[in-house]
Amino acid sequence: MTRLAYTFSDSRVMLRRNLKHQLRYPSMTVMLIGMPIVLLLVFVYVFGGQLGAGLGAHKGRSAYLNYVVPGLLLITVASAVQGTSIMVAMDMTGGIIDRFRTMAIARASVLTGHVLGSMLQILAGVGILVGVAFGLGFHSSASPLHWFGAIGILGLFAFALIWLAVALGLAAKSVETASNTPIILLLLLFLSSGFVSTATMPAGLRQFAEYQPFTPVADTVRGLLSGAAVGDHAVAAIGWSIGIAVLAYLWANRLYNRRRATQPN
Amino acid sequence: MTGQTSAPGIVARDVCKSFGGHVALDKVSLAVEEGTILALLGPNGAGKTTMVRILSTLIPADSGFMRIAGHDVVTDPDGVRAVIGVTGQYSAVDNLLTGTENLQLMTDLRHLGREAGRRRVAELLEQFDLTAAAQKLLSTYSGGMRRRLDLAMTLVGKPRVIFLDEPTTGLDPRSRRTMWHIIRELAAAGVTILLTTQYLDEADQLADRIAVLDQGRIVAEGTPAGLKGSIPGGHVRLHFADSHELHSAAELLPAAGPDQDQLVLQVPADGTVDSLRELLDELHHARIEVDRLSIHTPDLDDVFFAVTGSHVSAQPYQESTPQGIPS
Repeated sequence: MTRLAYTFSDSRVMLRRNLKHQLRYPSMTVMLIGMPIVLLLVFVYVFGGQLGAGLGAHKGRSAYLNYVVPGLLLITVASAVQGTSIMVAMDMTGGIIDRFRTMAIARASVLTGHVLGSMLQILAGVGILVGVAFGLGFHSSASPLHWFGAIGILGLFAFALIWLAVALGLAAKSVETASNTPIILLLLLFLSSGFVSTATMPAGLRQFAEYQPFTPVADTVRGLLSGAAVGDHAVAAIGWSIGIAVLAYLWANRLYNRRRATQPN
Repeated sequence: MTGQTSAPGIVARDVCKSFGGHVALDKVSLAVEEGTILALLGPNGAGKTTMVRILSTLIPADSGFMRIAGHDVVTDPDGVRAVIGVTGQYSAVDNLLTGTENLQLMTDLRHLGREAGRRRVAELLEQFDLTAAAQKLLSTYSGGMRRRLDLAMTLVGKPRVIFLDEPTTGLDPRSRRTMWHIIRELAAAGVTILLTTQYLDEADQLADRIAVLDQGRIVAEGTPAGLKGSIPGGHVRLHFADSHELHSAAELLPAAGPDQDQLVLQVPADGTVDSLRELLDELHHARIEVDRLSIHTPDLDDVFFAVTGSHVSAQPYQESTPQGIPS
């Protein structure tokens, strides 16, 4: 086999290991996929009546359901990467990473396995959430191409946040820290256009909300799912995603390689 | 160090490593002939683990020359990784997988192929007596089973050189014996082994040669018999009922060290039956009543006392033994 083939084969082995972990740690996997669904129900049936009325005259719960689905898709992403961070930290603080490091395997495969595993988990979560949303009466006039675009934007952003979570997991001294830090992503999401229009926010907060990554991603996905034009939002969403992905990737690799120089005890 | 006989499994010359200002390894040199066992003996913090981590490519040395089975550790780390197996102090197993899955993970990463991989897994499960627990999650394994699986995972790729970092620390006596048996079989099959240990008896049981590491330096090196022979500290402790008897005995045996508080006399001895009989006869002829006695054979404390010239973890009674140790 060539070097590339080894990298591919090793990454596949690590991906399989990651997926097995997800199955063997069902409490976490179910929580990470289930929480967005519970929140969807809460947002639609608890807050939805009142928040929907705020969307305009003659609007209500069903209009809010259409509005909030992109926000919950982003919750799916943000909560899944919390799992990524935990899994990475579990690997790094356990003994197995030293075994991998003393074997002639593609070095990148350890992290690649986590990234691909999380990506599949997010796609599954997104699929389940969209299914439930349709069950609740979600209405979309998007063409297949729009759907493709929405999933593409979401996937690209998820890819960026997964690498960020990998870096946070590598930087964490303990699994507890690793499970807490990504919560900041959820906070950022609530300070975006994910759940309410930024137009309703006070001036300072509105500016912050408009210039942070979750807003353009939420707006782009919302636009695509409603079959509308997305324009500038999409450019910003793609720009943020690529920027975060590149920086997080470089940071993660630096942390991963630097760990070699440290002593465990 | 020129003129080595055969190309040894492990050669290290003048390896140095500091962490911050702390010198962990100070010009450590060692050589392990192919198919033999070297025990790196030393207390906690001596630098044993650091040495293993450097030789197994986990951390870089500050300076020094190292070759594992002919591969240079610095310039060809992947070549080294392809021929070594490492079992560290902390079990390097995957707790969310079963025993079989852990081994499969290794056969996959060694690119053994499906059929060969399956055969190797079954073989190792059998060899390490883990077949019954093969389908169970690691979280249900005992300490001894985890350590056995850990070593089995290390052996998947049939490494020619194996590093074992404190392979029996924390194991019960029975698991310890099993581990010793496995290690001996590996060496008999031609595998080069470097193991670290804090226990002299373990080094004694397993090693062809022992290197004593203390505060980052090799302070003694040799065969177990040679080292023990050079180590004073074997003695007989005679316990007396009263200080009068102790005094008489101390006069009779001027080389011994009396301890007035404990009513104990410590007599240097080589541990043979003849010398013991001689000692008891002498006491008997002098009509000195000995309450009871205990025999003390050289141990790690004595090794360090001898080779470093300082108490590393001195027991209280050793305060009274300076006469017994030629310095």
